[in-house]
Amino acid sequence: MSARRVTDTAVGIVLVLTFLAPVYWMINVSLQSSDALLRTPPAWFPADPTWDGYVEAIRTQGSHLLTSLVIALGTVLFTLLVSAPAAHALARFRLRGTLALVLVVLLVQMVPGIVMANSLYPVFSQLGLLDSYAGMILADSTLTVPFAVLILRTFMSGVPGELIEAARVDGCGQWRTFGSVVLPVCRNALITAGLFSFLFAWADFLFAVSFTTGNTIQPITVGIYRFVGNQTTNWNGVMATAVLASVPAAILLLTAQRYVAAGITGGGVKE
Amino acid sequence: MTTASAKTTKTGAAPPRRGRRGIGGGRERLVRWTFVLPMAVFLLLFFCYPVSRNLMMGFQQWTVASFYEGGAPFVGLDNYVELVTDPLFGTAVLNTALFTAGSLSFQFVIGLGLAVFFQRRFPLSGVLRGLLLLPWLLPLVVSGAVFRWIYDEGFGVLNQVLLGLRLIQDPIPWLSSTQYALTAAVIANIWVGVPFNLVILHSGLQAVPASLYEAAALDGAGPWQRFRKITLPLLRPVIAIVLMLGLIYTLKVFDMIMVLTGGGPANATETLTTWSFALSFEEFDFGQGAAVGNVLIVIALVFALLYLRSIRDSLRSEGEPR
Repeated sequence: MSARRVTDTAVGIVLVLTFLAPVYWMINVSLQSSDALLRTPPAWFPADPTWDGYVEAIRTQGSHLLTSLVIALGTVLFTLLVSAPAAHALARFRLRGTLALVLVVLLVQMVPGIVMANSLYPVFSQLGLLDSYAGMILADSTLTVPFAVLILRTFMSGVPGELIEAARVDGCGQWRTFGSVVLPVCRNALITAGLFSFLFAWADFLFAVSFTTGNTIQPITVGIYRFVGNQTTNWNGVMATAVLASVPAAILLLTAQRYVAAGITGGGVKE
Repeated sequence: MTTASAKTTKTGAAPPRRGRRGIGGGRERLVRWTFVLPMAVFLLLFFCYPVSRNLMMGFQQWTVASFYEGGAPFVGLDNYVELVTDPLFGTAVLNTALFTAGSLSFQFVIGLGLAVFFQRRFPLSGVLRGLLLLPWLLPLVVSGAVFRWIYDEGFGVLNQVLLGLRLIQDPIPWLSSTQYALTAAVIANIWVGVPFNLVILHSGLQAVPASLYEAAALDGAGPWQRFRKITLPLLRPVIAIVLMLGLIYTLKVFDMIMVLTGGGPANATETLTTWSFALSFEEFDFGQGAAVGNVLIVIALVFALLYLRSIRDSLRSEGEPR
């Protein structure tokens, strides 16, 4: 019995290592010199590691990483401000049209991103939102708000009704009750929604490439895309940038794994 | 999602007493609407309005000038006629179908295999399963860039390994040959999609009672028989959801193809999504781009409705108490 379990673990480790080989390769390449990359057979391990790739990554892509950080944080803030009250209302109030709203939210997620890009472009052009942080935050929020509403609503409908009743009896208004009872109880759900909103905005490429020209701001995904498209590219620099752009995902996985599973099954959505 | 909330609505969502409505009801109802208002306004402005405009744009002739002068004449079905008669239309539809079918089937089979494997309990199973989520969390552009270097004809590790194992004689031009590019894109996309299938199918498997397996084992059923007679039938609803969502998401894959091939070489990887992008943002013919997008909407909508139908009951029980 225990022998079988050990075998299972061994098989599991082999499966994971095989599956994650591309991630290993990204790290391996990021630590090699550009000359080493043009050798065949390739160096399987970074035996002689160098930070050249990272130096180039920071030099050429550092500002784009910052741009994405600002956009992602802005998206988290906007998303939570808009979604949390709405989720509470959809979970608790018996308002006419609630089901219709939930359906709209579900449908938003199913509309292909290219359609959103195509249709938002003229609107953004009119409103002067192209090449701006505000525009990117609003565009990315079309991805994150529906997701956050759905996941928060599921959690918020689990808040015991007695808690809310008690606050109401004490004379709290709806908003006060929401702020001092519902939000604290739903802290974990808010973290989950916030983390995923960050990741969605951070990883967005379609809106970034559609709504920025690179003149003023350029998110990191577009930075990598143009970096890769450059024929004389140093791949150690590209892979170092890729590693840096993966940091939020890695942090999310290491610190909040249980929220990740909840996020996938709760909203079930990714671009 | 469904199980958790179905459980909680019964105890949790007791809305404030009905009797109050008569007295302060009007004001109270207004206050409640203020909770929904920001989201409603946001969705109206940045979803409903643009998308309905997109439907219109499909019937308009857009040029760069339309953005400045605002004039985009209605041209009826011209955009659609042009699309359908464009030789690229058939190519894009076929590529989209192949890309979707190829990605979906392998993602599903591998994801199901892994989910069944991780159904057993063994040391580190939780950690290992968690690590498998990584490809799903990475920005697609990052994965695309990694695969692009892996696929490199001269120095990519894939060709080096295949040559080393003597599986091929000459390096394969994965991304620069019309013969291999679509396959290469599909393989990369499978890698990205497996974790999604794994997570959903694994949570579905948790709901299958262990006693069923024990009873079947007592009756002498082998592992394969237990899988076919117990696991698959009980997993049917979850499988339907995974495949439908997977289909909707795969239809709109953009990042991976753009980074790997940009739709090339010679349109070998041009899908409806990348074509729509090229029409709008490279040729600035937003009318045609919108038309292709609308075709995508219709396809996605059909499957979205199927999906909503399959989760309808759980929605109703949550969304409108009573």
